[in-house]
Amino acid sequence: MIKRVAIVGIGTTGFRPITPDVSYRELIFEAARKAYTDAGIEPSEIGGFITAAEDFLEGYSICDEYCPDQIGAVLKPTQTIPGDFIQALATGYMMIMTGAFKTVAIEAHSKASNVKNIDELMGFAFDPVYNRPLRETPHAIAGLEMTRYMFETCTSAEQCARVVVKNKGNAMRNPYAAFGADIAEKDVLNSDPISLPLHRLDIAPHADGAVVAVLADGETALALSETPIWIEGLGWCTDTPTLEMRDWGEAAYARLAAEMAYKMAGIANPAGMIDFAEINDEYSFKELQHMEALKLCRPGEAGHLLESGATSYAGDIPINVSGGALGVGHLFEASGAHKILELVEQLRGEAGARQIPDVNIGLAQVWRGVPTATGAVAILSNM
Amino acid sequence: MELEKYKLGGTHLKSSDFEKGKVLTTAWQPNLAYTWDNGVAIGRYLDELKNGRIIARVCHECHRIMLPPRMFCELCFRPTDEWMYVQDTGVVSTFSVARVNWDASRRGPKEPPLLPAVIEIDGATKGMGILHMLGEVDPDDIKAGMKVRAVWKKSEDRTGAITDILYFKPLRAAASKKAPARRKR
Repeated sequence: MIKRVAIVGIGTTGFRPITPDVSYRELIFEAARKAYTDAGIEPSEIGGFITAAEDFLEGYSICDEYCPDQIGAVLKPTQTIPGDFIQALATGYMMIMTGAFKTVAIEAHSKASNVKNIDELMGFAFDPVYNRPLRETPHAIAGLEMTRYMFETCTSAEQCARVVVKNKGNAMRNPYAAFGADIAEKDVLNSDPISLPLHRLDIAPHADGAVVAVLADGETALALSETPIWIEGLGWCTDTPTLEMRDWGEAAYARLAAEMAYKMAGIANPAGMIDFAEINDEYSFKELQHMEALKLCRPGEAGHLLESGATSYAGDIPINVSGGALGVGHLFEASGAHKILELVEQLRGEAGARQIPDVNIGLAQVWRGVPTATGAVAILSNM
Repeated sequence: MELEKYKLGGTHLKSSDFEKGKVLTTAWQPNLAYTWDNGVAIGRYLDELKNGRIIARVCHECHRIMLPPRMFCELCFRPTDEWMYVQDTGVVSTFSVARVNWDASRRGPKEPPLLPAVIEIDGATKGMGILHMLGEVDPDDIKAGMKVRAVWKKSEDRTGAITDILYFKPLRAAASKKAPARRKR
């Protein structure tokens, strides 16, 4: 029998623009307690713990040392992945596949509101010799990508604006989302120009929140859960950090991560097999660019698919029915955590007002934001 | 020699070559700023320090009286149950005599050493308390197990920070040097 790994519990605080009422520890405890209760397991019974976190976002050196208490991991095997939640998910998957762990808990959170100068922090990620002295806004990198993507695929600014309208509209049905709104394309196109063709509303605003998930091997999963959500495929990769040498039109990191995940899941025809997807829309055009990289449509088709309504809540392949980063909020390394949360709720049939009927296979894709070229993909199913 | 071919030729670099800019390096001063939300437990803890009191949280499952306070018990993994004031006295668990500053610069010959200590606070569960500094004590007289009391800033100077306590001083030393009437405060 092929060994499988499932998500057997998940918990979240939901996502808000600011969370001045709780410390990050109290925020994470809420998500962790909900996840363990959902899984029907106590942290003392869990084999290992992983946190996805980044020192500079936390404002602590060696921030991984501050993880154990609020996830119940004191004096247990624990580690931090300085990457997205989906990369931590891949590590947890591998830990279970070794046979050394029956259960692993994975945590990610955002307290982005506590970083007072996020643009400075993002700028600090630029190469200090080649790029940083030019003092460009980090959003300029996305502006450069957007220009090239629109040029190569004949995608219009109106189509990109429509992503924002769709996702903020979807977020209105999502009680976890911080930035739901009923807006029109002209509102996006008339918002403050940031680094053209990007406008203010093309950019996902930051949010705070935490998610914890519990993974288990197949046997343990079937004992713990009536609705285990199986991990069918995982993939991740990173393009060169050298901005001068990148492909600016295509998201190669997403294409290759998806190919790895599709191969593992045995999916030859993604557009026909994937029922719905939560994909990175940190900038409006990214949703369209990523749809093409994930082979959910051909290059240049994403904008038209969007206009046809196929990616809307009631369409053939709903994209970001949660509201995406544009509607829920940009969560840094917890971005993938929110997407996995949405997949699990949809595949369990627990997504309430935004439930998509009859879904079996969902895809989550993340990108680690400017100036990175790291992508990760997870494919989950309820079968 | 076989290894001879790996030997680097040329002239060795000197530190003065870097100082004079003969060797180029790249420098950058990050300008990052954070304001952490204290939340419920630490928020109340700091409020009470401003009031000149130390407060802990109690877990009714493991019966620990936790200091610093927290809204969840990390061992029972459940919310903690109630607030409890503890004393501003305690026992030195461990200490060190630091002859360098926080940035590793050496303290001057006239500067007294810094005296960090972990103090198990009276009223909290054993092993819990405050990491702080000792004062009004000869470093040679400090011992693990020594009884100490908090010396507070004047109430108008307190800001709701761990530094609202200036330091902890030995109880016995205070008794030997000061009049009983004063000790009652």
